[in-house]
Amino acid sequence: MIQLALRETVTAARRAPLLTALAIITIAFSLYAFGLFGLVALNIRQSIRAVEERVEVRAFLRDSSSIYAVDSAMAAIGKYPEVARVEYVSQEKALDRARSEMGEFSDVFDQAVLPASIEVHMRAGLRSPETVAAVAKRIGSFPIVDDVRYGEEWVGKLYRLRTIASFVGIALGLAFAAVAVIIIGATIRMTVLAREKEIAVMRIVGATDSFVRRPFLIDGLIKGVFGGILALLMTWATHRTVNEYFVQTVFFDNRLMLVGLLAGAFIGVVGSMVSVGRQLKRI
Amino acid sequence: MIRLLKVSKEYTRGRVALSHVTFQIKKGEFAFLTGPSGAGKSTIMKLVFMEERPTSGDLWVSGVNSRTAKQKEIPKLRRKLGVVFQDFRLLEDRTAEANVAFALEVTGAPKAMIAPKVSRVLAQVGLAAKATSYPSELSGGEQQRVAIARALVNDPMVLLADEPTGNLDDRATRGVFQLLRDINAAGTSVIMATHDLDLVRRADFRTIELNHGRIVYDSAETPREPDAPQT
Repeated sequence: MIQLALRETVTAARRAPLLTALAIITIAFSLYAFGLFGLVALNIRQSIRAVEERVEVRAFLRDSSSIYAVDSAMAAIGKYPEVARVEYVSQEKALDRARSEMGEFSDVFDQAVLPASIEVHMRAGLRSPETVAAVAKRIGSFPIVDDVRYGEEWVGKLYRLRTIASFVGIALGLAFAAVAVIIIGATIRMTVLAREKEIAVMRIVGATDSFVRRPFLIDGLIKGVFGGILALLMTWATHRTVNEYFVQTVFFDNRLMLVGLLAGAFIGVVGSMVSVGRQLKRI
Repeated sequence: MIRLLKVSKEYTRGRVALSHVTFQIKKGEFAFLTGPSGAGKSTIMKLVFMEERPTSGDLWVSGVNSRTAKQKEIPKLRRKLGVVFQDFRLLEDRTAEANVAFALEVTGAPKAMIAPKVSRVLAQVGLAAKATSYPSELSGGEQQRVAIARALVNDPMVLLADEPTGNLDDRATRGVFQLLRDINAAGTSVIMATHDLDLVRRADFRTIELNHGRIVYDSAETPREPDAPQT
């Protein structure tokens, strides 16, 4: 029976090669649009993550602080659940950094100007303005700490940007996915309608509904997979072009590529199932 | 074998296609369904074939009641019924033998028995020499013979022929009708819907005449509805 379903699928593709090609190309372009959106979303997310990595609380230490007091404060801060790691920046290191970051003013800096500090890096997912502010306040309560800075304003802006990007990403992603499903569904419906007579004949001679569905499901699966591969190739080509002429971007990893292909196959199968189901009810 | 009891069929917007129709077709019987267009002939065919279900009343086909039949029972029942239409309904991209074989393939018949069975049934309808011809290469009468072969290949108990000669010239009509008589003589019941009264008059078979969805004449005098108009 599966053999017959496969044969029917191949026969249908050979009988209407243009329609088959059109269906695959439509699926490919729908998924390509979705893929491009995914690529943009992925790169924006990566960029925001890279900036977020720089969210840190810097505690400037009093000159009189003993090394033991600093060590015990660092150990205590390192145990905070929101904290990823704690780093001690000595006066010398601070001076080196300042000189390398602002080369032309290197002579201006004097060792005595820059205090030693503790750099506190926050854990991913725990970098909201409220969390960072709370950690900064706790750090500020250590007697050895003279002043605490964490870029209050830009942490707030970054967090807002991240929230907006997430919401817009989800909304646009759903819209693109819906458009892809609608277009692919309509395309598959067209191929089902082209085989309306065949479905009618199958029913006349006593084929079961599941038998009638089978070749269409295989057809939808194959078209979905081919459309998915084509979409992936087009997305990859676009990514290469952008990298070559505009800006360095990242591409989907293997897991995401597989998810894309499976999504194509899934939409193909579900689209076919719905279209044939409707047709079977109609005949 | 086929029994309709007070069967009515209404479509949307209240259009009545059949009203309280009662008759019975016995094994091996040949019956004409006649009447003008819209009388309800095709509706009866669709109901017997369980393409549609009655709005009220009961209809049994080979012991299966269409009101209570489950959807998955219907394909199996259809394999016991052969159907032929006015417009042949052949697949244009397949040869005559492939069209006939298709009916066996979709019902899961063993591969080894398909070719001999197809040859036998094509010979039975007089088309052995045209087995590899495509429908477009065949005349109307020949296409209808292929459709009949397809209907016969599963050895049905009943052949339902809905205006099978409607698209054919006189000569082809006579040929197809003779073929249906031969099939009936071999033991298969035949129900033939037609508005060709000449054909009906020439043959001495049971005739059920319909008008506006009601039986107005039945030569076998099956029990009538009390409210059915007398003719």
